[in-house]
Amino acid sequence: MGKSIINVTEDFPILQQKINGERLAYLDNAATTQMPSSVLSKLNCFYQTSNSNVHRGVYTLAQRATDAYEHARIKVQNFIHASSSSEIIFTRGTTESLNFVACTYGEQFIHAGDEIVITVMEHHSNLIPWQQLAIRKKAQLKYIKLTSQGELDLDDAQKKITSKTKIVALCHVSNVLGVINPIKQISQWAHRQGAITVVDGAQAIPHFSVNVKDLDVDFYAFSGHKMLAPSGIGVLYGRSAILEELAPWQYGGEMINHVELYQSTWADIPAKFEAGTPNIIGAVGLGGAIDYLQAIGLSTIQHYEKSLTNYLLSQLAKMTDINIYGPVDSDKHTGVVSFNLKGVHPHDLATALDLNGVAVRAGHHCAQPLMKFLGVNAAARASIYLYNNIKDIDQFLKALQETKEFFSYEP
Amino acid sequence: MSLKQLGSLYREVILDHAQNPHHQGELEHVSHFVTLENTSCGDIIHLQLEIDDQAVIKQVGFTGTGCTISQASASMMTDAIIGKTKIQALQMAQVFSNMMLNKECSQSELDQLQDAGILAVVVKFPARIKCATLAWWALQKSLKTDKGA
Repeated sequence: MGKSIINVTEDFPILQQKINGERLAYLDNAATTQMPSSVLSKLNCFYQTSNSNVHRGVYTLAQRATDAYEHARIKVQNFIHASSSSEIIFTRGTTESLNFVACTYGEQFIHAGDEIVITVMEHHSNLIPWQQLAIRKKAQLKYIKLTSQGELDLDDAQKKITSKTKIVALCHVSNVLGVINPIKQISQWAHRQGAITVVDGAQAIPHFSVNVKDLDVDFYAFSGHKMLAPSGIGVLYGRSAILEELAPWQYGGEMINHVELYQSTWADIPAKFEAGTPNIIGAVGLGGAIDYLQAIGLSTIQHYEKSLTNYLLSQLAKMTDINIYGPVDSDKHTGVVSFNLKGVHPHDLATALDLNGVAVRAGHHCAQPLMKFLGVNAAARASIYLYNNIKDIDQFLKALQETKEFFSYEP
Repeated sequence: MSLKQLGSLYREVILDHAQNPHHQGELEHVSHFVTLENTSCGDIIHLQLEIDDQAVIKQVGFTGTGCTISQASASMMTDAIIGKTKIQALQMAQVFSNMMLNKECSQSELDQLQDAGILAVVVKFPARIKCATLAWWALQKSLKTDKGA
């Protein structure tokens, strides 16, 4: 029997405070998530008992630190069902993971005239690396369109992925629309044409079970801080056969096999791609976060978040003057909901909500091309995680209603 | 609820300017033009100035999109700088900037800013300071670069 999801809010010290004199309703989980006491104490314990550098010393502390770091890698491997822990590269986060693929695989295997296919709903971190690679290589960058509902246009996807396509890069879940993309299907189409798939999983992996083998993807990137771990630690999963082919990205300590004055040889994967002292404490925190999530169970989390999302979407849809972006259907959604309140700029809205203790994001969400598609300059976004509850949603809805009344001011 | 707190930021005069901005639109005669974007939120201002041979700002117009604070600030700024010389306008931009940094400003300096002086309340909402300063930064940029239309 796993840990119950009921009352998990109590596990998160940061959520126990008042903000602007009000109960805190933290609804910006698509930006970053909070750490439970179990993760916080793991970080503390590591520094108090095991801190040293990894893969270097022969003393006991060095062994403890190395074990902690490598155990975290194995936890990640099991968490995403990778074939081997050597397929798990620790990075700074999703952005670095995606840049890594563009600067290694892209640099080596993309040539003039090749095609790179991405989508209109990408976060800048899964857009600019490919845009710049295409410019450097004189390759063609193509965008899969969205339907009017804000879902991926699958007919267009099939048309855009051709025999010239070498890379298909897309998000598993949109950070603005919350829509879940059919990665397995896209991967099949990509592989049929000889292309690889690169998936930005930052908004997916915290919320439901991901199996990289079943999805049949070649690269999968995500961040620790969106799944209860500290910021500054992320993961790049890469299929080992591909990783073996790649030249190093950065050079330095830990990534070498043998160094001479005029030439060097490289360590095996994944060390080959982890030059320098890594974010050891981050990896330890990520391992702790995975333990916490698995104790509750990803399917329980998914089910719980879906019921909250369903409530949020149905209540929002009842309000007048609210425009929701993306499908208003919790079956097609994670707990990311972007919207605008008519006549109120999202920044003004976010300030008003903040005064009510409600934390939401407002702005372009690092997805300017998507904003252009939606025909807006900015939007507000509420995003849910496992520690949110009906009280948070009700507090948000009430604050939204009061904000609406406040700004209905007539001069 | 903190409607009271909300009211301390969104004063009536601020809401008035935001809902009915002064000098919104494009000018017929443009001597200085600049576009500035708040990259963190996407707010954008296109500012046009008509400055005569005596370096006096004859007319100002602005377009773009933004929140209540940025729209009100742009509107208030246009009121304050019309009829001023370039040098005076730059001094006012400096006063506004000092005000946003919570540096001490004299009463006569604040009076020059006219309605814009009320935006001092924004200092209590640090996340919104950039919204208030966008128009003034655009003004500084257009006057300093001295670019023609």
